[in-house]
Amino acid sequence: MEVERNVREVSVAEKSRRASECADAAGEPKGTALAPAGKHARAARASGAQAAANPGVLPAAEAPRAAHRAHVDAERHHHHTHAAGSHHPGGHHLLSVEHLSVSFTLYDPAAPFFSAPRVESRVINDLSLSVHAGEILAVVGASGSGKTLLADAILGLYEPNSRVTGTIWFDGARQDAAGLQALRGHGISLVPQSVTNLDPLMRVGRQIVGNARGEERRRRTERMRELMAAYGLPPEIERLYPHELSGGMARRVLLLCALIDQPRLIVADEPTPGLDLDLAVRAVSDLRRFADEGGGVLLITHDIELALRVADRVAVFRDGAVVEETARENFDAPELLEHPFSRALWHAMPEHDFDDAPAC
Amino acid sequence: MAQDNKNNSYGGAREQADARKASRRPARPPRLPWWARELVRFALLMAATSFVTFALVSLSPIDPVQANVGQAAYASMTPERRAEMAAYWGADTPLLERYAAWAAGALTGNLGLSLRFNAPVTEVIAQRAASSLALMATAWVLAGVIGLALGVAAGACRDRLPDRLVRAYCYLISATPTFWLAMVALMVFAVMLGWFPLGFSAPIGAAASSVTLADRAYHLVLPALVLSVTGVANIALHTREKVVDVLQSDYARFARTRGEGTWAVVRRHGLRNLVMPALTLQFASISEIFGGSVLVEQVFSYPGLGQAAVTAGLGGDAPLLVGIALASAALVFAGNLAANVLYGVVDPRVRGGASHAVR
Amino acid sequence: MPCDKREKRTLLRPRAGAPAPAARGAAEPSPVAPKPAAGDAAATASACPALPFAAPAPEPPLTVFHAPARCALGGNRRRTLAALIAAATVLVAVVVAGRILAPAAQATDFSQVNLAPCPAHPFGTDWMGRDMLARTLAGLATSVLVGLAAAVVSSLIALGLAAVAALGGHRADAAVSWLIDLVMGIPHIVLLILVSYALGRGAVGVTVGVAVTHWPSLARVLRAETLQLRAQPYLAHARALGVSRWRIFADHLVPYLLPQYVVGLVLMFPHAILHEASVTFLGFGLPPEQPAIGVILSEAMSYLTAGAWWLAVFPGLALLAVVLLFDRVGAGIRRLLDARTVQE
Repeated sequence: MEVERNVREVSVAEKSRRASECADAAGEPKGTALAPAGKHARAARASGAQAAANPGVLPAAEAPRAAHRAHVDAERHHHHTHAAGSHHPGGHHLLSVEHLSVSFTLYDPAAPFFSAPRVESRVINDLSLSVHAGEILAVVGASGSGKTLLADAILGLYEPNSRVTGTIWFDGARQDAAGLQALRGHGISLVPQSVTNLDPLMRVGRQIVGNARGEERRRRTERMRELMAAYGLPPEIERLYPHELSGGMARRVLLLCALIDQPRLIVADEPTPGLDLDLAVRAVSDLRRFADEGGGVLLITHDIELALRVADRVAVFRDGAVVEETARENFDAPELLEHPFSRALWHAMPEHDFDDAPAC
Repeated sequence: MAQDNKNNSYGGAREQADARKASRRPARPPRLPWWARELVRFALLMAATSFVTFALVSLSPIDPVQANVGQAAYASMTPERRAEMAAYWGADTPLLERYAAWAAGALTGNLGLSLRFNAPVTEVIAQRAASSLALMATAWVLAGVIGLALGVAAGACRDRLPDRLVRAYCYLISATPTFWLAMVALMVFAVMLGWFPLGFSAPIGAAASSVTLADRAYHLVLPALVLSVTGVANIALHTREKVVDVLQSDYARFARTRGEGTWAVVRRHGLRNLVMPALTLQFASISEIFGGSVLVEQVFSYPGLGQAAVTAGLGGDAPLLVGIALASAALVFAGNLAANVLYGVVDPRVRGGASHAVR
Repeated sequence: MPCDKREKRTLLRPRAGAPAPAARGAAEPSPVAPKPAAGDAAATASACPALPFAAPAPEPPLTVFHAPARCALGGNRRRTLAALIAAATVLVAVVVAGRILAPAAQATDFSQVNLAPCPAHPFGTDWMGRDMLARTLAGLATSVLVGLAAAVVSSLIALGLAAVAALGGHRADAAVSWLIDLVMGIPHIVLLILVSYALGRGAVGVTVGVAVTHWPSLARVLRAETLQLRAQPYLAHARALGVSRWRIFADHLVPYLLPQYVVGLVLMFPHAILHEASVTFLGFGLPPEQPAIGVILSEAMSYLTAGAWWLAVFPGLALLAVVLLFDRVGAGIRRLLDARTVQE
């Protein structure tokens, strides 16, 4: 028995070693700063709105408070390259996830039923990514590859049999599980996938307002009406039940549920299910607006085309890790991409050569 | 990779399922209003129940006339009554003919004559139902309220101490024979402690006119408590499952991501979504409560429908047995009907259309 | 034992507070990117050496956001299996002891009448001097056997009707649904009394009664499962290829339904036993000369006011224990077979 276990452990270690070798073979990032090809208007607007806090002039007294040392725009640092609009107000990322691992304990399916020991199956493996204020970071990966678990981990939602480790910084402060829980609805908000995330038996208005009483509730109701007007939702929607909403309305209602909490970061988990590209881009434009006003968006999607149309930066998610986190502009040409898998992805897109480059 | 996945998006599966459902159900001619359909269902169920019970009772080797020749009822019968008895229950007439005779009578409100109680069956049932319904309604309400509260508490504290306690209680109670629980309660609270009377619905020997409402309530307490204690288990366990389901739903998860704690989710979303399953459960439990009341009434000698059914069954009083079976089926049906009607009132998804098919 | 292992496993990845966080970088090279600290240092140094930043802080250890609760010794599956075997052993022992003690249960001894529990008669004796322990065990054996027989028959009825509903087309399905509604529309006990009355009371009456009243809920579950399975494309293909209905039933349906069926059957035992005892208690079931829990308890009714509490308490508790054991066995089997709980 003991031997069996050791074997299993070794094999896990072996796997991760092989993975890293694989990455080595692919050529380690050169460490060069990949300046974006051209600043586009959107990013310029965003940087204006952001009052472009140049982290270089961070007062020395503030330095210890800053979780990450500040750095210059549009250069490679941490594990990603920047887009034109990526900023570090206060000298740190809005959200920074490092070495995040999520695993589940399961009975070993290969072992006989009753003597099956528990094994850990890793779904997210040493994942790192960062979201800056004023940008959309799209995490692109195959459906069912565990991207939603990333959203869960950031929101502090954990399955009973899961093990979640890593480091998560939000706005310069390091978070633990309780911290993430406290940030739900107070800094980080989720925009979920579909209308099933609304209580079928509660009127839409009450759901947007959320759990509040008295004066607070009155204020939030007022705010909801403003938001509804701003996002083109007719006021009578307040009195409807979720099943009476059209698809587009439901998506906006879900977004308003997030916006009413005045979040700084929105985690959008596959917010455009079943929409074709143009509709999806239009649906995500609301998120774009939020980012342009200085918020950060973590857009989780399986749709690379959508990501390239709306995001500032793209994180390529594969086998539970982000293999490359880079500016959207780097997808203009495969040479600008560092990881072979990102290049394979580029080649697989219809407007490119459809060449099934062997993934590592 | 992302290309392939773009097409099989999440929304598609459900639409397909809906389409499949729609295609399986061909277009039908316009349907009756739901109450008319319920009425038809009720009539069919009653006809079937009455025939099955009638056939079962007729199958019996116990001949009601023979078994009750010595009874006062038979002795005091007019010759016409005896002829009617023979037509309904006589062994020499074919079953269908007898059923037709009985059903014709039943449609005019004549369910025959109870041999044991020497009164028309309808009269016996009406009188017994009054005291039985008081007992069952008390137990039903108590079981519903306590069961719901325990179930919600257990579901919200899943796998923690309150949950374990509630579950242990429920498993224990559902393994306990109801009649034994009644016996133990009678022994402890009536015989040993003397807190409650030894049974019946009124003091023994007291004239019916001198029995006060307080007397009746006093006699009702212990049987009703026993009956509700057994009813709680089922309701609490099912409610717990529902609460767990609700707390794992997408909307509860979303509410949590908006900063609502477990209790806020239970209060704002849990109870709302529990209303309908709880109603179903509550009305479905009528059948169980009725079954339990038969046993509890027997132990407490409480003069209700259940005890009458036992008396009728043991005494070969076929007309009364059929009558009580019909009454119990009608009661269960009324419960289901009430649940369906309340669905329409409570659920906005049903309120909009006339889809009473949502169960 | 798996617990020890997990401890070891987790030691491989340092947790918060683990002593040597610095060792991580060497032990686990990240496949994607250099360590943030190192990367930062390089980037800062090359791109903007003049910026007034302090030396990189030592990397903090990872936060453990969530960890599974520690599992029980030996794993829940084994524990469940052990409990199942133990419970089954107890039940078999009760039945065997009851059969062996049946003659002793009938033996009257009028010198030992109405004894309260004592070492010689742990459950006391009744008004005919019969040992209540022997009577209780014999009664339990009868009740369990009657309950088992009735539950098996009942589950076969459920399986048969579910198959008819699933394979017989729309009309058969509607008919079965209606039959289920009909039987569920009359309270169990009332239907039991009716069936028992129809069969002239006695052992046959109660067994048949329990058998024909307990199938609807299981039939409903099995019917829903078969309908779900029938919607699967591969069955449509099989049918299109000309595979007979019977073959489909035997090759696809039965293996698919078996877990549900087994669980439903085992969970039917406690109900069947309880209802057998209840009906016998009311006087419609087993005859008074047979040792049965229902008979014992209905006789005890006459002695309640006389203070012979042991006549009612011990047999009832024994019945409760047996029913509870069956119930837990069923729940254990369900936990092992149910996909939702199989990982617990």
